[in-house]
Amino acid sequence: MSDKITLRYTVTTEDFTRAGEASGDVKRKLKKMNVSPAAIRKVAIAMYEGEINMVIHANGGEITVEITQNDITMTLADHGPGMQDVEKCMQAGYSTAPDNIRSLGFGAGMGLPNMKKNSDEMTIETKPGVGTTVVMKVLIES
Amino acid sequence: MNGTNEFYHSVKLNQSLCKGCINCIKRCPTQAIRVRGGKAVIINEFCIDCGECIRICPYHAKQATFDDLSVLDRFAYTVALPAPSLYAQFNHLDDINIVLRGLLAMGFDAVYEVSSAAEQISEMARHYVEEHRDKAPFINSACPTVVRLIRVRFPSLIPNLLPFAAPMDLAARQAREKAMAETGLPSEKIGIIFIGPCPAKVTAVKSPIGHGKSDVDAVLAIRDVYPRLLPYMKESASDITELATSGRIGVGWGNSGGEAGGMLTDSYLAADGIENVIRVLEDLEDERFSDLEFVELNACSGGCVGGVLTVENPYVAQAKLKRLCKYLPVSRHHLGGTYEQNAFLESSVEYKPVFRLGTNFAESLDKMAQIERLCEIFPGLDCGSCGAPTCKALAEDIVRGDASEQDCIALRREYRETMVRFSEAEKEES
Repeated sequence: MSDKITLRYTVTTEDFTRAGEASGDVKRKLKKMNVSPAAIRKVAIAMYEGEINMVIHANGGEITVEITQNDITMTLADHGPGMQDVEKCMQAGYSTAPDNIRSLGFGAGMGLPNMKKNSDEMTIETKPGVGTTVVMKVLIES
Repeated sequence: MNGTNEFYHSVKLNQSLCKGCINCIKRCPTQAIRVRGGKAVIINEFCIDCGECIRICPYHAKQATFDDLSVLDRFAYTVALPAPSLYAQFNHLDDINIVLRGLLAMGFDAVYEVSSAAEQISEMARHYVEEHRDKAPFINSACPTVVRLIRVRFPSLIPNLLPFAAPMDLAARQAREKAMAETGLPSEKIGIIFIGPCPAKVTAVKSPIGHGKSDVDAVLAIRDVYPRLLPYMKESASDITELATSGRIGVGWGNSGGEAGGMLTDSYLAADGIENVIRVLEDLEDERFSDLEFVELNACSGGCVGGVLTVENPYVAQAKLKRLCKYLPVSRHHLGGTYEQNAFLESSVEYKPVFRLGTNFAESLDKMAQIERLCEIFPGLDCGSCGAPTCKALAEDIVRGDASEQDCIALRREYRETMVRFSEAEKEES
């Protein structure tokens, strides 16, 4: 019996309409796995927001999703510019997205707050000029 | 029938016509069809009666079940319930009364327009949305395929469904009450007969969701009624009896965007065609829209006028319906902010997790891990030769115990080549 699944995705910026492919795939898999609709929704929203962030700010990156008996852990790692002020980035409405991205309807400054809201645990490791790794955990029995 | 088979389907296979090709398995939006033993097999739990396989099957092996016109003989008194999409089938029609009088001349004892009930639902829905703004966006509950899709695939959106019965069902209840009052006949002597555009409505009648028993006694296909009705319409064209009871809002429901139009808001989207509907539901689930009040979803392209049991090209039909609406009053119903109690669904839609791999999380997790491993060894061509629509679907079938790795022709060839190499090497050695 397997008690863990690891899923790996590469997020590219060649085509921003592909953002959401990885979170969509995870969502479809979880729906086949007796996970409550509420937990699935949290994963889908948190991961989609993270994916969009990787596309907008960080030239893409890698996402690893681990599904175990207890929780779903999403690790989103990029080699982008990093965050100068994490606290500020966590504020609703704060965004550093350029105008061309905003004109597409993104960059409302709700990405990170939404990720936090939809995960049971979230940690951010970031270094300006090096990159950012966000780890989000959603409990199965939430 | 009611309650005894919650996965009743009106889309059926005619075994003798099926050649076992892969057209339907590829087209099915819920991957509910497999080819096994050279014939298509519909997986009951996955099917949502959208009718896409009926459209695509080159051999007409996929067929819709509906009633025959002879059903009229079963009742002492019959009421025709024409769907608004019926009105969109005729050339140069500028008065709905001609259709309604034609139905009477054809043999029905009365007519009750579904658009009339639709108009009442529009008014109640406006009121309801106003009162429950915090729960927006609301999704329409009129398309049986969309409701069935949501209940198996988008459980988190069930609370967003409007709690109203479909216009067909409200019309049927009202028509029955009216017929009983007018004729004094008992309910069973009265036949409420819906003339509809799609097999999903047949399913909604035979196996309702949200209420115990449908008041519709039989469903006729627009494409069956159309050729018989035409001569009667010509005959009764000069008559002047007024039978129509609905306005632009009710009749407009036949087109995609019509129901949304009746909500009298700009904050809506209307999507039609099953693939587009699925995309909108995925995005809604991920909360990618904000500030939407109303979401109108119709499984068929163009809306109900695109139903698989209609006659006219859906986009031509749309134009015809718009033209008809032009001369109608906006609405002929005014409930004054009250609700018709029997317009509400009796129970809420219940999540049916049919796609789950196992009976518990541990089992599902193990099966999902097996699927991942299988997907790595499959060629990823999605050729359909195994009878499943994609390699991933085959992997799922295998872990569910419904297929084997040997069903994959690429793996089988590889296996054979290995065997040949092995035996040649043996020969050389000896």
